[in-house]
Amino acid sequence: MSKYLKLALVTAITTGSLSAPVLAAGLGVGRAALPEEIAAWDKDIAPDGTGLPVGSGSVEYGEEIFSETCASCHGEFAEGVDNWPTLSGGFGTLDREDPVKTVGSYWPYLSTTYDYIRRSMPFGGAQTLSDDDVYAMVAYILYSNDLVDDDFVLSNENFLEVEMPNAGGFIVDDRVVTEYPHFTSETACYEDCKDTVEITMRAAVLDVTPIEDTPEPVIEATQEAAVEAAPVVETPTTVTAAAFDADLAAKGEKVFKKCKACHQVGEGAKNRVGPMLNGVVGASVAHVDGFKYSNDLLAAKDAGRVWDEALISEFLAKPKSVFKKTKMSFAGLKKDSEIAAVIEYLKSVSQ
Amino acid sequence: MTDKRIKTKQTHPPSRRAFLRGAAATGAGLAASAASAQTAPDPLITEVQDWASGTGDGVDATPYGLPIEFESDVIRRNVAWLTADTISSINFTPIHALDGTITPQGCAFERHHSGAIELSKSDYRLMIHGLVDTPLVFTYADLERFPRINKTFFLECAANTGMEWAGAQLNGAQFTHGMIHNMEYSGVSLRSLLSEAGLSAAGDFKDKWVYVEGADASSNGRSIPLEKALDDVMIAFKANGEALRKEHGYPVRLVVPGWEGNMWVKWLRRIEITDQAIESREETSKYTDTLEDGTARKWTWVMDAKSVVTSPSPQAPITHGKGPLVITGLAWSGRGAITGVDVTIDGGKTWQKARLAAPGQPMALTRFYLDIDWDGSEMYLQSRAHDDTGYVQPTKTQLREVRGLNSVYHNNCIQTWWVKKNGEAENVEVS
Ligand code: HEC
Ligand code: HEC
Repeated sequence: MSKYLKLALVTAITTGSLSAPVLAAGLGVGRAALPEEIAAWDKDIAPDGTGLPVGSGSVEYGEEIFSETCASCHGEFAEGVDNWPTLSGGFGTLDREDPVKTVGSYWPYLSTTYDYIRRSMPFGGAQTLSDDDVYAMVAYILYSNDLVDDDFVLSNENFLEVEMPNAGGFIVDDRVVTEYPHFTSETACYEDCKDTVEITMRAAVLDVTPIEDTPEPVIEATQEAAVEAAPVVETPTTVTAAAFDADLAAKGEKVFKKCKACHQVGEGAKNRVGPMLNGVVGASVAHVDGFKYSNDLLAAKDAGRVWDEALISEFLAKPKSVFKKTKMSFAGLKKDSEIAAVIEYLKSVSQ
Repeated sequence: MTDKRIKTKQTHPPSRRAFLRGAAATGAGLAASAASAQTAPDPLITEVQDWASGTGDGVDATPYGLPIEFESDVIRRNVAWLTADTISSINFTPIHALDGTITPQGCAFERHHSGAIELSKSDYRLMIHGLVDTPLVFTYADLERFPRINKTFFLECAANTGMEWAGAQLNGAQFTHGMIHNMEYSGVSLRSLLSEAGLSAAGDFKDKWVYVEGADASSNGRSIPLEKALDDVMIAFKANGEALRKEHGYPVRLVVPGWEGNMWVKWLRRIEITDQAIESREETSKYTDTLEDGTARKWTWVMDAKSVVTSPSPQAPITHGKGPLVITGLAWSGRGAITGVDVTIDGGKTWQKARLAAPGQPMALTRFYLDIDWDGSEMYLQSRAHDDTGYVQPTKTQLREVRGLNSVYHNNCIQTWWVKKNGEAENVEVS
């Protein structure tokens, strides 16, 4: 670090202090950014609250929407499902060998939570939440960490009042003091450096190295095959009578990457955030028994509605325009060609 | 990659083991007969082979080539249990099977937080705003008009070797050290773009930052001190002579020499000059180093000097028996150039200086070799790197003494391979 800092300082002095030639001469390439464009992309929120939008959300509402849009991966109480990230708990574990780092136990600033959720969550449906919904989600995550009461309402007004337990838990990189002086070439030994050498631990004992020929999950394998090979769509199951256009389906398989965070297809497909989609084209709405659909979809099922191509197309273009309260937090596919292709792909993976 | 995890697994890979044993046995056999004369003539020499009689592929067979089928095991691999989903996950460069220093893009490791997106040059926009004189938007074509530079740098994920903190865990250099690649980048300096926008509005550079983010759903925002940004940070659009691959941020990524890979934002879309660090998720929740007492280091950007023997190693056993053996590996430092690499075959009792294939270049991989006459006995093989700041790569014990056991990132410790008499190697820790 020290060398870098010195170097950087020199740079700063030579180029920065006066409007140095390097920085002054423009090429006239590029165009001015419009205020609307900057506003659309400039979403980051700093620890002092710079960038926070006006708005608010309650723990109570947050619990409801967290359960609908986040709990399938992060758990009802933000405790994390399987290998998905845990967002709550972990207090008092940071000095253990396996610390549990959560928003409550580890994150120094609340701004980070708002910033991250608004920008990147839910996984597979980023940037679909309203600013107020994000406040409610953050309030609920605070509540699930026992940091606020159940009647708490978070807003841009009281945002900075929330105390984060680990706010004082970080120090700036100190390797230049704590490590570099001890690890120097001068002290490196070449002869008679130690008397004995014994093995103290072997990887084989808890070998977790992936096995060379473990069958990859079926979906993965199918996709790789399809990418490399000719436009023949290799589906894990036999294709039934329903004819489909293999070229288009291959294109649709690529589009389906946008759905994969939430949906599985093919042999052994399971429900994830969204229901598994085998055989969905032509099936009744809410076609998987046992999946927790929104009331809107369940009502449509009761009304006898069917996922024909017209309905799916409309739904995929803008999910909430068809079913106002659908749990599918996905902005929609912009291009008709993508919609047609993905439907063809869904047809190709039957059963 | 975010958390280290030790899980026990019942059985060992049967087929790979079997292969290694087979290979080692063959090797021993060959070695025994190497000195003696060949008894029967080799039909590969005495008989006319198909390839010497017929013809091969025409020039239109492969407009863009992949490696020949015999090399089909030289591929990126991932570790399924590490993450919940392959979309936010990591894979590893097959460093055990590569030589030289340049990593081919097709097998250079990938790490995404929301998957590798497809963004065309025509849809690409880069915005610079914040404390600048004129906020600007560039198209891809605009970027190509700035003075071009070419430089080679390594990119190492802060989590490389992270799973090994708690103990030897993964059996293979690919898995323990494969979150690294080294490419020759073509692009423009960030400095030239910032000067185009004008920095008088930024005032004193010393306490200013650039916040960089990508166009993907993760955005992967990071804060970089303005001084570093003006020093050597690049906006790259080509790697190893050709366009960046999708998985490495096509069409444009950031190159932050010597600093942790997470800062090398892919699909770069926005650069904001700020007067404070944003403290995004990637610089608080992740990529910070928890110490023994539970406090954590932040802003540990630079990747310290490190090296590893890539062959022999668990995935690259010795198959030729005793006699001449090439020991080889890679060394690098985020703080400068590698000045030397030492190798020990006895677990650190004695060290000898390895030969560098070429003098070390700042913040780029250096290849080293040690040519020995192997007597067929067990080895505890280690390498240790020196850089031009006078730093020497520490042992795992030394690092643990400072940082404790609850760390994950920035593990640059010395690695040990236990090479057995049959040529097989295993990842171990030694006293
Ligand atoms: C499909 C599964 C899924 C859903 C649904 C989901 N997330 Fe996530 N979440 C993830 C993954 C995967 C990550 C880690 C991403 C990465 O590695 O960069 C994550 C990370 C996070 C983190 C950061 C965790 C950390 O320790 O760094 C927060 C906070 C979060 N999610 C909140 C939410 C909220 C709020 C919702 C609902 C709006 C939500 N998530 C919905 C999968 C999901
Ligand atoms: C962020 C997660 C998410 C993403 C991404 C997503 N979906 Fe969904 N999807 C869901 C959820 C949740 C439901 C259940 C909706 C409900 O109950 O209201 C659903 C329902 C559906 C249904 C109706 C299933 C049935 O049984 O009635 C179809 C069809 C569908 N999605 C297709 C897609 C396609 C195609 C894509 C990609 C272009 C996609 N989805 C992307 C979460 C997602």
